[in-house]
Amino acid sequence: MNIYADNAATTRMSDVAVQAMMPYLQGIYGNPSSLHTAGQEAAEALAAARQTVADCLGCIPKEIIFTSGGSEADNQAIVSAAVMGARRNKKHIISTAFEHHAVLHTLKKLEKEGYEVELLPVGSKGNITAQQVADAIRPDTCLVTVMYANNEIGSVLPIAEIGAVCKEKGVIFHTDAVQAAGHLHINVKEQNIDMLSLSAHKFHGPKGVGALYVRSGIALTNIIEGGAQERGKRAGTENIPGIVSMAAALKDACEHIDENAVKVSALRDRLIEGLSKVSHSALNGDPDSRLPGNVSFCFEGIEGESLLLLLDMKGICASSGSACTSGSLDPSHVLLAIGRPHEVAHGSLRLSLCESNTMEEMDYIVEEVPKVVDYLRNMSPMWKDLVNGRKPFIL
Amino acid sequence: MALYTETVMDHFTNPRNVGSIENPDGVGEVGNAKCGDIMKIYLKIDDNVISDVKFETFGCGSAIASSSMATEMIKGMTIEDALNVTNKQVVEALGGLPPHKLHCSVLAEEAVKSAVKDYYDRNGIEYDASQFPDCGGDCESCHMV
Repeated sequence: MNIYADNAATTRMSDVAVQAMMPYLQGIYGNPSSLHTAGQEAAEALAAARQTVADCLGCIPKEIIFTSGGSEADNQAIVSAAVMGARRNKKHIISTAFEHHAVLHTLKKLEKEGYEVELLPVGSKGNITAQQVADAIRPDTCLVTVMYANNEIGSVLPIAEIGAVCKEKGVIFHTDAVQAAGHLHINVKEQNIDMLSLSAHKFHGPKGVGALYVRSGIALTNIIEGGAQERGKRAGTENIPGIVSMAAALKDACEHIDENAVKVSALRDRLIEGLSKVSHSALNGDPDSRLPGNVSFCFEGIEGESLLLLLDMKGICASSGSACTSGSLDPSHVLLAIGRPHEVAHGSLRLSLCESNTMEEMDYIVEEVPKVVDYLRNMSPMWKDLVNGRKPFIL
Repeated sequence: MALYTETVMDHFTNPRNVGSIENPDGVGEVGNAKCGDIMKIYLKIDDNVISDVKFETFGCGSAIASSSMATEMIKGMTIEDALNVTNKQVVEALGGLPPHKLHCSVLAEEAVKSAVKDYYDRNGIEYDASQFPDCGGDCESCHMV
């Protein structure tokens, strides 16, 4: 069996997304900035895609900027809010401890430039409350940036409530919705979102293309200079095939959002129920407010990379937050943020599902994962110490 | 190209000498859980020769493969020869490791040395302490290899 259960990393492009792209590879290949017909046809496709994305998010087309992906959108949103803040002497930024590195590293850079960054703790469940945000906002706060859903542990955050708090206090609110777009309902006006980042390849669109929603009235700062594209806010010839394909993928995902959520969460719950039976294991992330496709576990006594390699040999593609899979010394900052000690965080497994996965696949995973965990535990000196009582179990 | 060589994958999926030895003559454990790798090596020594060796490892694929390869290399060696096995030789025998995985081979070398040191201590055999680097839990230094 060959099972792809790493949809939070990236997804397979849908037929809809592939077909939407095809005419713009060889047929309508003009540059939308060109005056001739070939260019203007591309410009029309660009405008139509912008309208589609705006419709999916509940905003107007001119509030959409196309980018190279979620990371660029996050960078631009945060830097723009910081620049606006500095003009009014507001240099305090609120975020959370378990954001994606596209957010955290941008904040780190701003910290070096004199901004004060406050990362809200996310507790053992991996979530925050709007009250935490309200309590943290100060007169000099220029930005609140909080992810819609966490990429590793699947927690879905109370974005609308946080948006309402920010609106009331007059603070710009950005959300990294890379894991949410196409999977959870978004309406930027109703949810009081000022800026939102998304990435096409997380909802069966192509890689290397994303979008930033920016409410009218917020001044963007360029990350890429050199042209009048995207109202002068993002230079570079537009990736027309990618943008058109992303719009088609997002529309498709939003049209099927409820039925997909029902199907995928049933698969997710089967996995959670099955894997919970492994001794000394624990589900990571919010058990109730959770992405339909996210399953994240820690298994005590084993290391994640070896788990992934053995699962791969059984045809199961998954992911882990262990240090060895990241190439760094520390395991995932997300798992550390929810209070998992290093030794437990090393033994993490993320399975992320989509609507093409089947219940048979879930049954197979539930059958195979415990075998691999047992196999690795049997050769682990750490597990032996735990079993023999030389060290206390954490999970 | 895959992350690991065929030899690494072979030793990872069919590790040699996994397990423990009852009443071993020497045991060495290096690394720590925080770091994400622990290696434990058990030695049986007869007439100055490593007659049997087993390992237990908590760690990634290359940590398990390095343990397996190191134990295979030292089995049947005299203690002196085993002490001369370097992490580089383990890496070469594995057909190479990715740069950020080289520390796994260092752990394997240190685990062997630590087990021999334990054998010396148990038998009151004198040795040059500088020959036996101590893993003080300083993961950084090991990962800088």
